[in-house]
Amino acid sequence: MTLSPTADVTSLPDDPFSVANIVDPYPMLTRLRENGPVTWLEKYGVYAVAGFEEVYEVLTDFETYCSSGGLGPHDIRKDEAWRPPSILESDPPTHTVMRRALTGVINPSTVRALRESFTPPAEELADELVARGEFDVVKDLAEKYPLRVFPDAVGIPEDGREHLLPYGNMVFNAFGPKNEIRDRAFANADEHSAAIMRNCARENLDDTGFGARIWDRVHDGLLTPEQATLLVRALLSAGVDTTVFGIGNTLKCLSQSPKAWATLHDNPALAKFAVDEALRLESPFQKFHRTTTAAGTLGGVDIPAEEKILLFTGAANRDPRQWPDNADVYDIERQASGHVAFGMGLHQCVGQPIARLEMELVLKALATRVERIEPAGEPVPIVHNSLRGFESVPVKVTPRF
Amino acid sequence: MSVLRARTRDVVVDRVERIAEDVVSLVLVNQDGSPFPAWEPGSHVDLHLGEEHVRQYSLCSSPTDLSHLRIAVLNVPDSRGGSTWVHENIRPGETVSISEPRNNFPIKDSRKYLFLAGGIGITPIIPMIEWAHAAGKEWQLIYGGRSRGSMAFGDRLREEYGDRVQLVPEDESGRMDLQAVLGLPRAHMLVYACGPTGMLRTVEDLCMGWPPGSLHTEKFAATALGTTSAAEPFDVDLVRSGKTVRVPTDRTILDAVEDVGVRVLSSCRHGLCGTCETTVLAGEPEHRDAVLPQEDRDSGDMMMICVSRAAAGCRRLALDL
Repeated sequence: MTLSPTADVTSLPDDPFSVANIVDPYPMLTRLRENGPVTWLEKYGVYAVAGFEEVYEVLTDFETYCSSGGLGPHDIRKDEAWRPPSILESDPPTHTVMRRALTGVINPSTVRALRESFTPPAEELADELVARGEFDVVKDLAEKYPLRVFPDAVGIPEDGREHLLPYGNMVFNAFGPKNEIRDRAFANADEHSAAIMRNCARENLDDTGFGARIWDRVHDGLLTPEQATLLVRALLSAGVDTTVFGIGNTLKCLSQSPKAWATLHDNPALAKFAVDEALRLESPFQKFHRTTTAAGTLGGVDIPAEEKILLFTGAANRDPRQWPDNADVYDIERQASGHVAFGMGLHQCVGQPIARLEMELVLKALATRVERIEPAGEPVPIVHNSLRGFESVPVKVTPRF
Repeated sequence: MSVLRARTRDVVVDRVERIAEDVVSLVLVNQDGSPFPAWEPGSHVDLHLGEEHVRQYSLCSSPTDLSHLRIAVLNVPDSRGGSTWVHENIRPGETVSISEPRNNFPIKDSRKYLFLAGGIGITPIIPMIEWAHAAGKEWQLIYGGRSRGSMAFGDRLREEYGDRVQLVPEDESGRMDLQAVLGLPRAHMLVYACGPTGMLRTVEDLCMGWPPGSLHTEKFAATALGTTSAAEPFDVDLVRSGKTVRVPTDRTILDAVEDVGVRVLSSCRHGLCGTCETTVLAGEPEHRDAVLPQEDRDSGDMMMICVSRAAAGCRRLALDL
């Protein structure tokens, strides 16, 4: 990392990790996007990109903008990493081996098979909540549903599941600076890490889940036991929080948009589009870093080698150059496809089809049963270094007759 | 036999040159000396041999000089006889019948290119290189063959392009080290490979870890049999919407479907994520994605419409959209 930027980039004093900018990120992100293709953030000594074109470019050029430097602000190859690097923090050819193993296990065919077992819990939860009339979208639905279906799909024991959310919280907060937010997430770090690592071991996984399928590859000589452990860990750390936030954010958008809900209630098959638009507008994974491997030019700005680039995917997804019609407005009729909420390119979220399935099923179950949904209080944003979501989204629902 | 019987024209063989061991090049001109219609790098023509044989040959002249067309023919004595017939029967001044140029191996725009040629597979690559070079692209050619003397255009390419061209004659330096060039996936680089089936299989294997859509191959075995018709337009019936769309060669099914206002969820649009999976109700898809497992590919019941197309010879798909 250098202390001063190259000559042709303008700097901003803004702090994207301040509580104010986390709680309401969009004014600052608009400023950042309008400042130019690349901005130097003085406070952290990083190059920031917030426009769709530049974010897309960094995500797809995996040679120039590598992942093995880690997704946080420090190069994990130079600094002490807090854990062995994951698939997210790897480059080809290591990444290639791990990615192939994961897509062998999680692919359209295996995810299609989950629909049947994932549907009843969504409907049961929806029945329960509609009967109550008033509930908290986050605590009563978003945090409940993925925890009910996803750990079973991976095949981990009941014991220790309470560590999944805190561990995910650690992983994603570590993509930001070493601030108080991160420290809070790491309060009981050792305990959570140990519990998760226990669940990644073959002997603690059942024989039918994704975890066991990953370990099959060790048996076939395609992965080392260390790699298998890390891949199961990747599923457990990336597969829960993001989906929780995705469900919460979708319902937050919909509870504030009666017209969209009416359209969805009339045609629940639109659920997957409603989710996609929410992922665009309120992207759960907002920001993370890449590291340059060589000097190059991005958006006309020269960037030296071994620099950290802070990518604002959540801002890219609201870029009016990409979505010219009211990019800051929730619109389920919009073509949101092509957003970068799941990333893009070689590292695009491998669990995307599972996440989409969970979100679609929950929303469909609710949309068929609920005629009207409205806020029953102010949503409370969560203070988090890289994810965007809510602690609480209270709603009131009117059931269908 | 080619799937589509193209219009033919009679042309004069202007020159026959032996350009390498077992390789002759034919320079073809129009009878009245008029220029040929414009063609794109990667194109081939059907050459009608005598009464009944038709063979496909890639054009290796310059698409910017339409005064003539050039093809190069390797004599393969144990093949079905087409190439030997050319070697033994065609003389300067003769008239032969060819189709209009057709392109099953078009070059897509990107920033960087890696060209891999095995033996006579160099022919479609030559106009591609010319185009890439003129467009100021970053490119490299690795060209393998049995021996220097057997490698058509080898010396000329070295002379013209210098170090960007790497010649790998097997009797001097062994086989091309494909692992070394393809082992590490590259960003924004497309691979165009043409050569014998064994070489292409290795290239395909090694490119598994590359971003989907990076690799483009032309198997001359397939071309010789005329089975590659994926570059033809086809129609798609959107059964639930009651619409039909035509998918031209330069558009994807997803593009065409979106154009008529039918909504499909998609994400990566490169065959990597699986979001646009669509149920196939009729017709046979040709899968070009990197996510669908073999079982699903074989079933033909679903496809990723962002990259996959109608199979050769299938002119119509029906989709559950």
